[in-house]
Amino acid sequence: MSNLESHLRTVRRGGRKILIPYITGYAARWEEAVRAAAAHGADAIEIGIPFSDPVMDGPVIQRASREALNRGATLHKILDGVRLLDVGVPLVVMCYYNTVYRCGHERFSRMLAAAGVSGAIVPDLPLEESTEWCAAADAANVATVMLAAPTAPDDRLPKIAERSRGFVYAVGLLGVTGERETLSSSATTIARRVKQVTDLPVLVGVGISDAKQAQEACVEADGVIQGASVMRRLLDEGVDSVGEYVAQVRRAIDE
Amino acid sequence: MTALADPNAEGRFGEFGGRFVPETLVPACQELERAFHEAWNDAEFRAELSRLQREYAGRPSILTECHNLGRRLGIRLILKREDLNHTGSHKINNVLGQALLAKRMGKKRFIAETGAGQHGVASATAAALLGLDCKVYMGAVDVERQALNVFRMRLLGAEVEAAQSGSRTLKDAVNEAMRDWVASVEHSYYCIGSVMGPHPYPFMVRQFQSIIGDEARVQMRELTGRDPDVVTACVGGGSNAMGIFSGFVDTPARLVGVEPAGGAAVGRGVPGVVHGMKSFLMQDEEGQVQEAHSISAGLDYPGVGPEHSYLASIGRAEYPSVTDAEVIEGFQLMSRTEGIIPALECAHVVAWIAREAPNMQGATVLMNLSGRGDKDVAQMMQILGPSMDVA
Ligand SMILES: Cc1ncc(COP(=O)(O)O)c(C=O)c1O
Repeated sequence: MSNLESHLRTVRRGGRKILIPYITGYAARWEEAVRAAAAHGADAIEIGIPFSDPVMDGPVIQRASREALNRGATLHKILDGVRLLDVGVPLVVMCYYNTVYRCGHERFSRMLAAAGVSGAIVPDLPLEESTEWCAAADAANVATVMLAAPTAPDDRLPKIAERSRGFVYAVGLLGVTGERETLSSSATTIARRVKQVTDLPVLVGVGISDAKQAQEACVEADGVIQGASVMRRLLDEGVDSVGEYVAQVRRAIDE
Repeated sequence: MTALADPNAEGRFGEFGGRFVPETLVPACQELERAFHEAWNDAEFRAELSRLQREYAGRPSILTECHNLGRRLGIRLILKREDLNHTGSHKINNVLGQALLAKRMGKKRFIAETGAGQHGVASATAAALLGLDCKVYMGAVDVERQALNVFRMRLLGAEVEAAQSGSRTLKDAVNEAMRDWVASVEHSYYCIGSVMGPHPYPFMVRQFQSIIGDEARVQMRELTGRDPDVVTACVGGGSNAMGIFSGFVDTPARLVGVEPAGGAAVGRGVPGVVHGMKSFLMQDEEGQVQEAHSISAGLDYPGVGPEHSYLASIGRAEYPSVTDAEVIEGFQLMSRTEGIIPALECAHVVAWIAREAPNMQGATVLMNLSGRGDKDVAQMMQILGPSMDVA
């Protein structure tokens, strides 16, 4: 079992819901934001590796990615920063597949492991294309988190869950990352469907936009991932706002 | 019937192609693959498509021999006149096929990306004809330089949205179209405009464009009694090139795809993954996709269809590039010598032929004239000056 999985199972066994905020690597003050998130109740943190063409991301994370690249973001610089973070919770990277492919599967997995990263989410690498990367990641003890989308037919979900390590990322809605007024009903539906086929922790991400929606999603899910709502605060309001927000979501899902 | 091989079950041509899409889109790609396979093997679908190609698009397109320019260059130069199709380019061949397929699949909404606007215009046209709602994404830079096509799309009832992200050209229009599709996949059909994207698009679009090669092969034998020595076309994503190559891949003809120097995916790229496919890609050491820069909006793309990467990797086709300055020359050369104003995309091919002619003396060269230059006239007037007294 990966250390990501055992950590998240421990949280769940303790009767708590799991909270994973997302921070774009190399955004302004990103390391402080990661520390603030950890200090205010995150159970793990997702670090985005910015990419030129983020097709799964809406305006906020697109902007964060572009600004990070303009500030000179590179994989090496981000992983160097990650190595020094030492925040006491597991770190998971989110990156588009070309970043992995260009670097080389084995080299990339070893670099993640060396930086102390526990897992990887690659949103444009579906099951059918994932064999090579998963083999390299498994060998380096990096947990590859697979995504399960509302469009998946019933017979596809067990295959996704079986290949997933750490947890299963249930995609909360049809669409890209970004804040929405209300929680889509697809969020709880997909969480329920995935939980029926796996004992791994099931977290909902994409479109979970505030504390109340996180709470609603956690009726079915083991936890939530929060991306755009965190990054909008970091970009527009700063690090303190990230800490306050994470604390607020924490309280809501602990109720 | 083309002699080009089908991709394997994973949608690969050699190591290239595949289906690198968000999980949300995997079932949609699988459904599309099944639907296309059924339609392509359904005589009724094929008959309906043929009827539209004939009665609506105006096919078959003719061959025109360029006696003046050929004599000047010391070659026999023959054009396949895709510029004479309804809407002015080869894009209609693909769009009619995909629009019929969308209807057959019960989709009501038709999404497209466009560079020069030709695929957008063709999509808006087919959507008007077949009663689909059409939304076209176009880079903001291209909206500016192809204003006439933007207005044409609106006249045809399509909604045009300017993509403001990244380089604000074709690459970013594809990103926006894919983001739309991720959100609307249940009721929308994404009509990709070239032999690119996730499987089955590169294969499907090639099949719809293979009519160019099928016709040209027969027509060349009628006109010249033999197969050409050289078959050439411009390459953005590569659909018009695959269309004409498909008729000649099993002949000894040299197959030449001409890329813009500022968007030479095969010439300057290395294998990478973007827009759902593994293919040659202009990118940096970090895997960040580079922005293409070309005078021609239709070729302003840092990637290329995976089957071209495959043909390049096995040495079956070659992919030289030409500069914007050569293209401006080529545009005028064909206009003045033949009375045919080519699309800027096709002016790339003219430029390559003019440069390569000394090494092809006496050869028969078949060039795919994929579109007409009307859409580029305003842009060229700015470059050359209204009175054309610029050197
Ligand atoms: C006339 C013409 N030729 C070629 C292209 C490039 O597309 P492809 O490489 O798919 O043929 C375009 C694209 O807009 C075009 O308008």
